[in-house]
Amino acid sequence: MKYPDNLRYTKEHEWVLVEGETGTIGITDHAQQELGDIVYVDLPKLGATYEAGQSIGSVESVKAVSDIYSPVTGEVFEVNPLLAEAPEKLNADPHGEAWLVKMKLAKASEVDGLLSAAEYEAFLGG
Amino acid sequence: MSEAASLLKTPLNETHRALGARMVDFGGWDMPVQYSGIIDEHNTVRTSAGLFDVSHMGELEIRGRQALELVNYVTTNNATKLAVGQVHYSGLLYEHGGFVDDILVHKVADDHYFLCVNAGNQQKDFEHIAGHNRWECSVENNGAKYAQIAIQGPKAPAVLQPLTRTDLSSMKYYWFADGEVSGEWARIARTGYTGEDGFEIYVAPEQAGARWQELMEAGRGEGLKPVGLGARNTLRLEAGMALYGHEIDATITPLEAGLGWIVKFDKGDFLGRSVLEKQKAEGLKRKLCGLEMRGRGIGRDGYEVRVAGTPAGWVTSGGPAPALNKNIGMCYLPAEKAAPGLEIEVMVRNQPVEAVTIPIPFYKRAK
Repeated sequence: MKYPDNLRYTKEHEWVLVEGETGTIGITDHAQQELGDIVYVDLPKLGATYEAGQSIGSVESVKAVSDIYSPVTGEVFEVNPLLAEAPEKLNADPHGEAWLVKMKLAKASEVDGLLSAAEYEAFLGG
Repeated sequence: MSEAASLLKTPLNETHRALGARMVDFGGWDMPVQYSGIIDEHNTVRTSAGLFDVSHMGELEIRGRQALELVNYVTTNNATKLAVGQVHYSGLLYEHGGFVDDILVHKVADDHYFLCVNAGNQQKDFEHIAGHNRWECSVENNGAKYAQIAIQGPKAPAVLQPLTRTDLSSMKYYWFADGEVSGEWARIARTGYTGEDGFEIYVAPEQAGARWQELMEAGRGEGLKPVGLGARNTLRLEAGMALYGHEIDATITPLEAGLGWIVKFDKGDFLGRSVLEKQKAEGLKRKLCGLEMRGRGIGRDGYEVRVAGTPAGWVTSGGPAPALNKNIGMCYLPAEKAAPGLEIEVMVRNQPVEAVTIPIPFYKRAK
């Protein structure tokens, strides 16, 4: 494992999957491990627009609140309905089922500045 | 490594690391915050039993012919009422009525009291008590002479009993006995900070590793698990117990904190007495309340509380209550408003979230 090659990563431990003009955003396995039992996810409203690096919401574990920063610039057009009822899915499947939001990308080239899986793993290792 | 190297370590530090615990800097101590996960550990204590390393806690001892006089002057509860082998919860106050610390007072003998104090307050407590000592007795800061292991949960007596000749079935809540565990000296107290039955066991530091392993082994069949400071906090929050630096501190009096029951005015003079008497006569300005979140969001330590849209107080401790399946907290509110059933708002990330005041404690174990 464990960091999929088709995702790009940030040093703040988010990932983005780019498919055409759509960016699906989540938090990494490392992030969920560091947080521990996740009990609440606060996600943005549909239609909200964000610059890369802006806070789009928060993830809360039993102990702590952690901001989620958007890896990319764009407009939110879908939030994962699963997380309102089952925030613990973020512990179980952070790179898959428990994605956070989908955004319409405004600056597709931004993704080139994000970390590859290998670079992210090296960042964690260092 | 360099950061961890400067932190204080309990004798069980290597044990926690070997168990894969996540370690954190807790007031200068390198302590386990969780092993299997806070929710799992929390529920294990509620249904089976959990093992805690609380060796960071401080121990002060007061010995001498007039030990009782000093204890009664620096604490709010009435130590005259303690029998040998009995424990009570008490407040260590400044003259102005605020808390130096909250402590457990154990009466070992007529001329010997053993105080369990908060880790981060130990030196301050020692200096405070020693500074007020005008009696024929000594104050010793003995934190380094004791390790402390807590076993908490309904299965705690069944796990501990085979390891000691002390008859646990006849030991009542908030009593203790000096005896042995596995043949080595131990002070076994039926006390705890979880809202469950259980014991806090004081042993010599060099014995802590062996006692921990034996207890883990003895509890295997009962589902005993190691529990970190994360679950210790959620457990004490559900049980409505105060934490120094949150519900109580130097600016808060026991009356405000709902701890009037540890203040005994029917004894001689004690530090803070005149301020508390005045507060009692004039009425309180603020009071600690329980709260339950109604809207989506979790009230956390330090968040503002509003009543009818106006800032009215703050959350002292807040978070999920794993055994109750809701988000709870404690908060200070103006005394005239501080009754259960009040609709309030907690400001969560600049958004008001609905909540309601409810009685403390939130969780009570079945007897």
